[in-house]
Amino acid sequence: MQPNETDIEESKGFDPNSTSGTFIVAVVLCLVCAVAVSLAAVGLRDLQDRNAKNKMMRNVLIAAGIWDDTKHTDADIPTLFENIDTRLWNLPAEGKPDGSFNTELSLDSYNQEDAASTPAGSIEIAADADVAGIKRREKVSRVYFVKDDAGKVTSIILPIKGKGLWSTLYGFLAVDATTRESRGITFYKHGETPGLGGEVDNPKWKQKWRGGDSSLQLRGEDGKVSLDVVKPGNASTASQIDGLSGATITSNGVENTIHYWLGPDAFGPFLDEFASGKLDVASADNPAAAKESETPEGESSPAAEGDSAGDGNSAS
Amino acid sequence: MSSQKAKDVLFDPVFKNNPIALQILGICSALAVTTRFDKAFVMAVSVTVVTAFSSMFVSIIRNYIPTSIRIIVEMTIISTLVILVDQFLKAFVPAIADQLSVFVGLIITNCIVMGRAEGFALKNSPGLSFLDGIGNGLGYSVILLTLGLVREIFGSGSLSLPVFGTLTVLPLTSDGGFYVRNGLMLTPPSAFFLIGLFIWGLRTVYPNQVEKD
Amino acid sequence: MVQEHLSILFSSVFSENLALSFFLGMCTFLALSKNVKTAMMLGVAVIVVQGITVPVNNLIFTYFLKKGALVWISPSFADTNLEFLGLISYIGTIAAMVQILELFLDRYVPALYNTLGIFLPLITVNCAILGGSLLMVEKQMTFAHSLNYGFSSGLGWAVAITALAGVREKLKYNDIPAGLRGLGITFITVGLMAMAFLAFAGIKL
Repeated sequence: MQPNETDIEESKGFDPNSTSGTFIVAVVLCLVCAVAVSLAAVGLRDLQDRNAKNKMMRNVLIAAGIWDDTKHTDADIPTLFENIDTRLWNLPAEGKPDGSFNTELSLDSYNQEDAASTPAGSIEIAADADVAGIKRREKVSRVYFVKDDAGKVTSIILPIKGKGLWSTLYGFLAVDATTRESRGITFYKHGETPGLGGEVDNPKWKQKWRGGDSSLQLRGEDGKVSLDVVKPGNASTASQIDGLSGATITSNGVENTIHYWLGPDAFGPFLDEFASGKLDVASADNPAAAKESETPEGESSPAAEGDSAGDGNSAS
Repeated sequence: MSSQKAKDVLFDPVFKNNPIALQILGICSALAVTTRFDKAFVMAVSVTVVTAFSSMFVSIIRNYIPTSIRIIVEMTIISTLVILVDQFLKAFVPAIADQLSVFVGLIITNCIVMGRAEGFALKNSPGLSFLDGIGNGLGYSVILLTLGLVREIFGSGSLSLPVFGTLTVLPLTSDGGFYVRNGLMLTPPSAFFLIGLFIWGLRTVYPNQVEKD
Repeated sequence: MVQEHLSILFSSVFSENLALSFFLGMCTFLALSKNVKTAMMLGVAVIVVQGITVPVNNLIFTYFLKKGALVWISPSFADTNLEFLGLISYIGTIAAMVQILELFLDRYVPALYNTLGIFLPLITVNCAILGGSLLMVEKQMTFAHSLNYGFSSGLGWAVAITALAGVREKLKYNDIPAGLRGLGITFITVGLMAMAFLAFAGIKL
């Protein structure tokens, strides 16, 4: 390697230290850098968006217990999603404590994460009700119905989030469609200490949420959330699960998160209604709310409320 | 410009003149990402790439850089490279990019990158500057990877290798093995202790690096 | 409201201390902690700069970079997402703010400029400052929270460096093994301090 020094010594006739020289260098440099950054950002955006979307869908599948890391790749996601129906649900709001299916927003373009942080797409949680420590929550949430081959809903997957020790944990919880048991949990984004609180990711721990040999009761007969995350090794009743060792606060965070999201302020009424059989889930097959990938643009007129960032008219 | 000099430029920073151990440069963002080996590896590669290319670009235009806006020019080049690296990581290794979060961005203020641009690239040819960047990146990587290795093995009992996946090195008692995990290894203080010990070891081998008060 | 602010203050000074749990600003943290007076001055400079740049970057993020932030110019920008420009804007803001602060102090408060002056340029490349802004964005803080966070995270850093300088002043009189002298023992000390600060983790106000 013989670096050639002469070709850069030919800067005669141009004085970078003059005022005009300084400006020229600054402008040229800015242009070059701006072009490089923009090209990369625009060129890679599709890939990044796809990664983000795949990650969410993959985690839904993980919560549902369908995903197997050793067998499946991202290319299998659409096939695996064939038995899952995605709907939008209006979470309880002022004057509408029960919630209902949302028919105004488009499944494809609704960005739940964005909505959760905008004033139009979210509501503030009263301090005494905010057990999960998240301050705001979105007005509309995705819910996923996992069906068996006969088309019967076997479990429901709900997005959850709440504060752990260092960070907010984002994840999905799978609830059995007929009993009040847990069918799985997963967290796809958190900043907990790896090896301690970060063990919320641990497959062994997640396995305990899957049910299997000993079922885990999330809600009691009265509909109240009964789940109790206890010190490791102390779980004795059906509602109790061993926490993570060395991570009491993260474990409590998970408990609080579930208490909030399955409670009366979030998905509680939805689960009650579903259990009573009043919800028309079969209509999930009608064209107005079909599968995620083939949802037509929301055909509604811009509605007054709940119509926020990422509604039908924003092209994706 | 003998090949001997190029070799010195490349390998000196690894042990003899390690940027972290001797010049206290660039440890800022280094430590928080060393709880897992694969994170440390991706971080080490990113820093090496940014240092090498920023040194090279600064060196290429070194005769055109106006003295008055020198720092800003260097900063702009570095930030551009860091954004590029950040975008690429998000596109191609999304899982690790998520975990590195703000620390990729913090490469901008990593003193190694700025220090090499300012201290070496402004006076040397692009080729040598590139090698110097790689060398210093390697020096940084050595510490980062050592920390990642020790912290993950003793903290989690496993070793997550890029591409090959996670291996179990010490089976944990919670999984039926014999090893009781050392939780301290996963918390911030252990990184400080380990660097302190690493420096001690290095200075025992190279006694001329010992500080005199 | 008050409680939220108290809890941001408390956690950024202790359990989420920029220097001791995020390892930010380490270069200056180790290099300039040999005596308490210098350390304190640098700490004050960091509080000031952090207190200004974090809220300013919050405004930049909210009104320019965030997805849909540009709607105040025209509704057609509702889908524009400039977050990838974040890094370069924040570092630019920081460099500009530090420069302005320097000129301002030089002109109006020369006494303060003479003591703080030499530290200000160092601060531009201090990762604690950029890190503060990035963490603020990641935590999706409101403007009021960012005002508080800027000040208190700076305060946390200042507390840490002053305490370390105090320890190092005493350590000078100790007989330390040759290889550990200087940097080595400093790292061990910082590690022990970090353990102490970590004890505050998870305390909820």
